[in-house]
Amino acid sequence: MTISIDPQKTNNESLQPKGWLRYFSFSLDHKVIGIQYLVCGFLFYLIGGTLASAIRIELASPMSDFMPRDVYNQVLTLHGTIMIFLWIVPVVNGAFGNYLIPFYVGARDMAFPRLNAVAFWLIPPSGLMLVASYFVEGAAQAGWTAYPPLSITTPQSGQIIWILSVLLLGGSSIFGGINFIATIIKLRRPGLKLMQLPMYCWAMLGTSLLVVLSTPVLAGTLILLSFDIIANTGFFNPVLGGNVVVYQHLFWFYSHPAVYIMVLPAFGLVSEILPVHARKPLFGYTTMVFSIMGIVVLGLVVWAHHMFTSGTPPWMRLFFTIATAFIAVPTGIKFFNWVATLWGGKISINSAMLFSCGFIINFVFGGITGVALAQVPFDIHVHDTYFVVAHFHYIVYGGTVFIIFSSIYHWFPKVTGKMLNEKLGILHFIITFIGFNLCFAPQHWLGLNGMPRRVAEYDPQFQFVNQISSLGALLMAISTIPFLINVFLSVRNGKNAGDNPWNALTPEWLTSSPPPVENWEGEAPLVEEPYGYGKEISEQK
Amino acid sequence: MLNKNIYLILIISLVFAISFWIGFNVNLLPEEASINAPIYDELFKILFIIGLIIFIGMTIAVIYSLFKFRKRNDQIGDGIALEGNLSLEIVWTIIPSIIVLLIGLYSYNIYDRMGGMKELNHNHEMMSSNTEKIWAGISQTSDNEIAINNLSIEVSAMQFAFLFNYPKGNFISGELHVPVDQKVSMKMESKDVIHAFWVPEFRIKQDIIPGQPTILNFTPTKVGKYPIICAELCGPYHGGMRASIIVEEESDYNEWFNKNKKPEVNL
Repeated sequence: MTISIDPQKTNNESLQPKGWLRYFSFSLDHKVIGIQYLVCGFLFYLIGGTLASAIRIELASPMSDFMPRDVYNQVLTLHGTIMIFLWIVPVVNGAFGNYLIPFYVGARDMAFPRLNAVAFWLIPPSGLMLVASYFVEGAAQAGWTAYPPLSITTPQSGQIIWILSVLLLGGSSIFGGINFIATIIKLRRPGLKLMQLPMYCWAMLGTSLLVVLSTPVLAGTLILLSFDIIANTGFFNPVLGGNVVVYQHLFWFYSHPAVYIMVLPAFGLVSEILPVHARKPLFGYTTMVFSIMGIVVLGLVVWAHHMFTSGTPPWMRLFFTIATAFIAVPTGIKFFNWVATLWGGKISINSAMLFSCGFIINFVFGGITGVALAQVPFDIHVHDTYFVVAHFHYIVYGGTVFIIFSSIYHWFPKVTGKMLNEKLGILHFIITFIGFNLCFAPQHWLGLNGMPRRVAEYDPQFQFVNQISSLGALLMAISTIPFLINVFLSVRNGKNAGDNPWNALTPEWLTSSPPPVENWEGEAPLVEEPYGYGKEISEQK
Repeated sequence: MLNKNIYLILIISLVFAISFWIGFNVNLLPEEASINAPIYDELFKILFIIGLIIFIGMTIAVIYSLFKFRKRNDQIGDGIALEGNLSLEIVWTIIPSIIVLLIGLYSYNIYDRMGGMKELNHNHEMMSSNTEKIWAGISQTSDNEIAINNLSIEVSAMQFAFLFNYPKGNFISGELHVPVDQKVSMKMESKDVIHAFWVPEFRIKQDIIPGQPTILNFTPTKVGKYPIICAELCGPYHGGMRASIIVEEESDYNEWFNKNKKPEVNL
């Protein structure tokens, strides 16, 4: 065996609490850290969802009557920041990445287990700090984009706490990214080639490259912004000769890749889930790998499409239009490949499969509005309106969050050894899918017809459509109830899953469920064909 | 096999027919009140139809697969071991590339027709000096003759109002009055945070930035009163930051202008 057990670590493990208590300890086990990421992220999802409900209650009537206007701006800022930095990014990267990547490369843990633990333990304090800032002098109220000069002129304490919190979360993200790159490149089991890795590894490699390349830019930008706020410097403050548009360039240099940091891992996860439940190999492995890397490269050069109305020069608008529209090509390849994976399979219609197919439909819709938004003349009318709000919720909720749920249904038996209840799972899917589309599809019309985003009040003519949207949000809130009941019931009394309930071929299923501390009792298996479904049948023929 | 192909062609034609029907018969946009609006709506219609074809097609493919290839109770084992199909993958790389490229070229053409690709106008009459840097929104003009004949207005935005300065009449108005069918040229600057000038019926939007003037030109084509909406989060009352643009017949506009006009000595 080439990967030896670190004696120091084994010692450490024996001091760790056993059973569910270990999830509340400073564990170095990648599986424990992964679950910590997931549960922590889900708690923040509930907070962010509560804030979203508050927004939809406010918008159920045209007047600003549910909460004070400045509180409304705090709520929308916290909603965006929490959902992005504390739910989606940590869960699709940290949670599933930590749990799955060491299995996929045939390792016993991540490359840097201590760094891994540090990366996770930065999240709860910075999240709590962010939420607590509401009780100091009010939370930040300049939106999750924190554009100056608004972020310089609004109450300082909230904005500074917001910056500190995002800096810590960015640090956590960078630590995680470095760890994933090192693990995937250096910790592969001998004999395992890069082109034999499950697709999620490629997605995480691409994502981590984006994290490591772009997050430091955000960190630098926010540090400069904090200087402007507390030390009266003039980097972005126009009163002192600063340039507010430079901030937007720097901010979006991170925050556009951040979209890919949120969706690329989801692309990886769905590539693991579909072949298992369709009983077919992943269609077009090589083109999938190249399209991930294509998205990574293109994703770094499209940021100014968020700034088409900021007064950018014509050539720049043209360049960013073309670059952005071309991201549709590698993304489209992936979607065609997934449909081709389903084609001719023996598909089990279960919760994981339904959420994955819901993801495909929602994301295609969001992708189409995305290509439209990339066109400068189209964007100029709908920029900063509810059309954009609808578009990115189709991408991050209809896309990534659907895949998070799909993944939970898929890997729950691996983590707990118990099956989730399928009836409750399908109910969860139906309510989520209807609620989501009811909430966000009408918002496209609102944006086209004159409702800007981030407003607490609007024209009475938009009331009916806004109420439909709020009804959808209510359904989305309700949809978490069957999910939570399902999880709590199944952890206690779920049907025993056995080691490999889906008959999957990827390496994490080739050990016991739940897996032992160092993943395998013996040597890690060499999985050369993680998607080799249907091979025996064709050999028999 | 022949039957199968006929069904496929039928379904594809039906998807196209439905998409075109929806594209031409469902109007999702507000009324058209500037020369930009019909150009925008043309682009919207094309993108809408292409989008519908792709979306309906993909949705049918997913739902059909789920139904047709679902595992029956008596079935065991796996699907076919199909790992890829290079020619198919090349097809669905090249076709989207061509579609995206054509859309890009077409939207470039639209943008050009809106006036977006013209050089910045460095001899604009409203500019205080030729070295001042102005960032342009869409529909700027480089044609000096037109620029001089333009109705020039200076817009200042502040939390939470727009003010419209008519330099030729030496007065400031809270409402934007413009004559119909005439090019209006606005130089905009913010007094505090970033705002944006948006008239949905005109399909134009431009940020108003502190410390950095921007230009926005447009030509209204329909008499009426339209909302001016701030589209960039600017503080607690952002949702209430509204003004009106009143497009009038030239005679009505002149009457309004002369009523508000102040003699130059007041400057």
